Amino acid sequence: MSLLQSTQLRPDPSANAPRRALIPAWPEFQNPAAWLVALILVIMPLIANGFFLIEIFATTLILGVIALSLMFLAGYGGMVSLMQLTIAGFAGYMVAVFGISGNANISLGWPWWLATPMALALATLFGTLGGALAVRTEGIYTIMITLAIGAAFYYFTNQNWAIFNGHTGINTVATPHFWGVDWRGDIAFYYVTLGVAAICYFAVQYISRAPFGLALQGVRDNSRRMAALGFNPNAHRIAAYAFAAFIAALGGVLQVWNYRQISPGSVSVGACIDVLIIAVVGGITRPIGPFIGALIFVLLRTFALDVLIKFGLDGNRFRLLIGLGFLAIVFWSSDGVIGLWERWRQRNASSTLRSGGGRHG
Amino acid sequence: MARFIERHPAWALIVIIAVAVLAWLVFAIWPPGLEAAIGRKRVFLNAVLNGITLGGLYFLVASGFTLIFGLMRNVNLAHGSLYLFGGYIGYAISTWTGSWILSFIVAFIAVALVGVILQLVVFRRMEGQDLRQTMVTIGLSIVFADLMLWVFGGDFYQVQTPAWLIGPVQLPLLTAIKSSGEPVYLQYPLVRLVIFAASVVIGIAMWLALNRTRIGMIVRAGVDDRDILAATGVRIQLVFVLVFALGAGLAGIAGVVGGTFQSLSPGEDTRFLLASLVVVIVGGMGSIPGAALGAVIIGLAEQLGSVYIPTYAIVVTFLIMVLVLAVRPQGLLARR
Repeated sequence: MSLLQSTQLRPDPSANAPRRALIPAWPEFQNPAAWLVALILVIMPLIANGFFLIEIFATTLILGVIALSLMFLAGYGGMVSLMQLTIAGFAGYMVAVFGISGNANISLGWPWWLATPMALALATLFGTLGGALAVRTEGIYTIMITLAIGAAFYYFTNQNWAIFNGHTGINTVATPHFWGVDWRGDIAFYYVTLGVAAICYFAVQYISRAPFGLALQGVRDNSRRMAALGFNPNAHRIAAYAFAAFIAALGGVLQVWNYRQISPGSVSVGACIDVLIIAVVGGITRPIGPFIGALIFVLLRTFALDVLIKFGLDGNRFRLLIGLGFLAIVFWSSDGVIGLWERWRQRNASSTLRSGGGRHG
Repeated sequence: MARFIERHPAWALIVIIAVAVLAWLVFAIWPPGLEAAIGRKRVFLNAVLNGITLGGLYFLVASGFTLIFGLMRNVNLAHGSLYLFGGYIGYAISTWTGSWILSFIVAFIAVALVGVILQLVVFRRMEGQDLRQTMVTIGLSIVFADLMLWVFGGDFYQVQTPAWLIGPVQLPLLTAIKSSGEPVYLQYPLVRLVIFAASVVIGIAMWLALNRTRIGMIVRAGVDDRDILAATGVRIQLVFVLVFALGAGLAGIAGVVGGTFQSLSPGEDTRFLLASLVVVIVGGMGSIPGAALGAVIIGLAEQLGSVYIPTYAIVVTFLIMVLVLAVRPQGLLARR
């Protein structure tokens, strides 16, 4: 469980306690860097063209949302679930099945404002049931069971033609179009993903400090003691799965709108593991981690080919690069890129102050 | 057995009835009404035999997985990669030398060496950190998969079955009686039966080694409490290396078997990883008899499912897992 231990060790800086009282729940509002990042994200369409806007930033935000759901479960609940992408993919399939798509014999042709809530509800239900199954076991067993669920769903979509249309999947899925705006247009879609990502980010941030989130972290650290205090650990865990499933489902809906198609390849085991890689590389102790990890992953996936060829190497070895990077992160930093950054900052601080002692082994 | 019947009379009755029905289905000549309802007996018998022999293959993969897990608490998600690596090695050796038996030996040794290196270089450094080890195995499986794709490409390979094993054999199982009164016996590929017999032998040998030898005693003690075992002066690191080598080597052998039965291609690693996950979840993690039982159940479910309900075969496997988790979360034959 070493990956999960550092959240509770981080001491609150007591120096700015009076200011904390002013803005009790949102410390990031005091951070100028956070404001800068937010500003850049909002004016991004002025800076970046369509390719960067959609292929890099919107894709990053979507993957970040899906990985955020894993971060929530792993960081605050201590449950590493590999089925978050499966839930997202299920939501995407449901959008395609209930909404309008090129496969008229499968799609029911509901309008988007009916199909999307339906997809979200069903995917949340799916995630909750999967969670109810997974909480029967603990720790590494959770990984195995959620991986088995994800793999079973992948093979099922491959075999089933009546609902999931086998390995060809469902193509030309319709995207929302109202108020005279094509919401799949580059700029409009970017703002939709940014809005959803921001809502999810702040929701996770809020829940982590709300009584439910604190109880969940208590269950992660010592479930027997929480049970003795009168909490129901399994109910908390299942509720956490339900919340995470809803976030993952939001990401899945955005993803199917982004690509306008969905096939078993989108829910393959490799893709499930990619989400874990994104969350772990970014860092699973804070909600910002998955977004950082997603940015790194998307940049690597998009540009590794060109860079590798420029260095005279085989461009197809992108996954090798990802795997080695993931191994390096797991080896040297138990808290992903955030952990590296924090350690670096701490070393700088301790070398100037000569105080040392800030690190807990 | 007697205790099980005493404690769970209802379950014991259900199991006995199920076994009796299965035995009747296998040995009796089906009345015409039954054949009309669910098809020919030959199809059913073939599915059952395919399921049992596939279970043998699953047992080979999953027993290594469960052995490593039981002793080292290491969920080795790179186990599928070891399987595929063994298969490719076996293919290379059997095309190079033409010897099927030699390919097994070389695959065992090569994959066991990979296992030794993994244990010494990687897992030893992060002992006791379950989650981190699991993450590392995920990273390793990605790296291995890409390396093998690099070397062997995306083609399908099949290990050549040796000449003395090609061809069907007649089994003393009646499938039907012709109108002339002449009995029709079942024909079945010999190679699958031989491989199944071999996996049974390996399973029994493992059981004997674990329960009747000194090293097996050490391993079992390690499964129960490895700290106390280390405190009694056993060189536990050596035991870890040996067990990891054995588990990985079994995956390598299974790779050659899988390459002969079916075929080798990228993606088979995840398939067999999933199979061993489900088998050990059903059978009970860390238990060799559990792996055997789980492997036969999953193999049968997969084959019978793909014959009788083709589009939902995977769901049957999955439902079995859900059912076991709901009734007995620790697995059918786990002790806890």
